[in-house]
Amino acid sequence: MNSSFIVTATTAIQNTILQHESELESLDRAIGDGDHYINMKRGAQTIVEMQQELATLAPDVALNKIGMKLLSTIGGASGPLLASFFMGMAKIIKEKGDTSTATYASAFSAGVDTIRQRGKADIGEKTMLDVLIPVATQFTAMAAQNASPKEISTALKKTAEQGMLSTKDLIATKGRAAGLGERAIGHIDPGAKSCQLMIEAVCNLIE
Amino acid sequence: MKKFINKVDDVLVESLSGFALAHSDLVSLNLDPNFITRKQKATNKVAIISGGGSGHEPLHAGYIGYGMLDAACPGHVFTSPTPDQMLAAAEAVHAEKGILFIIKNYAGDVMNFEMAAEILPFESATVLTSDDCAVVNSTYTTGRRGVAGTVIVEKCVGSLAETGADLQACKTLGDKVNQRTSSIGVALTSCTVPAAGRPTFDISENELEMGVGIHGEPGRRRETMREADAIVQDMVQAILEDFAAKNLATPNTEALLLVNGLGATPLMELYLIYNAAARLFSEHGIKITRSLVGNYTTALDMAGTSLTLCLLDDEIKQHWDSPVHAAALRWGM
Repeated sequence: MNSSFIVTATTAIQNTILQHESELESLDRAIGDGDHYINMKRGAQTIVEMQQELATLAPDVALNKIGMKLLSTIGGASGPLLASFFMGMAKIIKEKGDTSTATYASAFSAGVDTIRQRGKADIGEKTMLDVLIPVATQFTAMAAQNASPKEISTALKKTAEQGMLSTKDLIATKGRAAGLGERAIGHIDPGAKSCQLMIEAVCNLIE
Repeated sequence: MKKFINKVDDVLVESLSGFALAHSDLVSLNLDPNFITRKQKATNKVAIISGGGSGHEPLHAGYIGYGMLDAACPGHVFTSPTPDQMLAAAEAVHAEKGILFIIKNYAGDVMNFEMAAEILPFESATVLTSDDCAVVNSTYTTGRRGVAGTVIVEKCVGSLAETGADLQACKTLGDKVNQRTSSIGVALTSCTVPAAGRPTFDISENELEMGVGIHGEPGRRRETMREADAIVQDMVQAILEDFAAKNLATPNTEALLLVNGLGATPLMELYLIYNAAARLFSEHGIKITRSLVGNYTTALDMAGTSLTLCLLDDEIKQHWDSPVHAAALRWGM
């Protein structure tokens, strides 16, 4: 994975967010406050505008730059969480100094861990972590078994989807939906949905 | 959606610019990153900074001025501001005694301010407001939401800061006021986020949302519309139960009653609500000796109201009564 892949991924992420406008908006209107899609769209747009610059940077520098930009652009809860993810990921790639699948797997896990710490949340709380934690676990396990990028991406897409669907039956204990108690049951978490969409879009780029 | 808008993307900046222009004797506006400060920088005091998503006007910029805030960081509509705004605001208003952030308890606001505080080159402390008692079972939540009671916290802490009190004293008072304040909101209609273009939730002509948050997030339950006294009765009851749960005895206590409009409820109705609420609280032995009625913490164009009761003691009373000169709150000077 190099910086040109990162650039391609930013376009794919923007496309999937834009294509799912009505779905993301209706999920957020049901159990949130209606700003999730707007914030994700604004974040994706800002990153796509940085593509020329990103292409010239080493992967860790590019990911860190994406994190910093998201931090000052998105706001809300998604801003610091997604920013923490990219900055946490960049740190590991910089430390390991290579671009192997195993490095990306541990970088992804580190990114998810920073989200966990920043959000003081864990799996089962009806958040994006219900998608990210299972994906990180599986990514790390498959990389350790030397699975091919294609096998990994196929499996991760499935895991992300299961994680996203699992939020439907959960009571939210973190995030804006936490005030709803049992009324949140039956609704997929919008943050889990957008994470699943982004993972799917990036996995689709891997042959 | 029918709103006074030129371009949806310009709503925030045009509104901030108008605010700064209208109150140019009191405030200065900085754009990119967006923050508003007092016109005259204060010296040798704890700098009080608040902020949060826009759409709650006059919260928070309307409370910048002598006796209240030093700066405010407005985010996009209903979206927390970002750490770069808070850092720039802190840099601008820091007055040698540290920074106190007053933050409404929402995950996004907490995280963004937390990240700013981690990078901040000055000493800082945070008061998290969490006066909303709407959420019945707090075991399901990350904590209660900060709503209109935030105004009372900002007023009292702002007053104490003017005396030259240190950071810890300001935080202690803020936490105390928050602890002694309880609020609950009711919505009759939804609000419409300009960029979304349609109402955040559906609510029919004969329904109300009891316990609504200031972003239109759902509350305790959807109920059938009924007469004002019956609605207010339930709100008062919720607040009294909250104080009972907090082990704060209410009989024979002096209190401040804030009847807040959520944006599209006329003052005529707010006073009608005040009339009912004041009577009900006094029936429970609470002496309402301070009051505030109007639009102080809004939710865009939502029709609805919130009741906030703050149990007074001598210290809180003194800081509530002290002079203040901000765009949305002015007395004694």
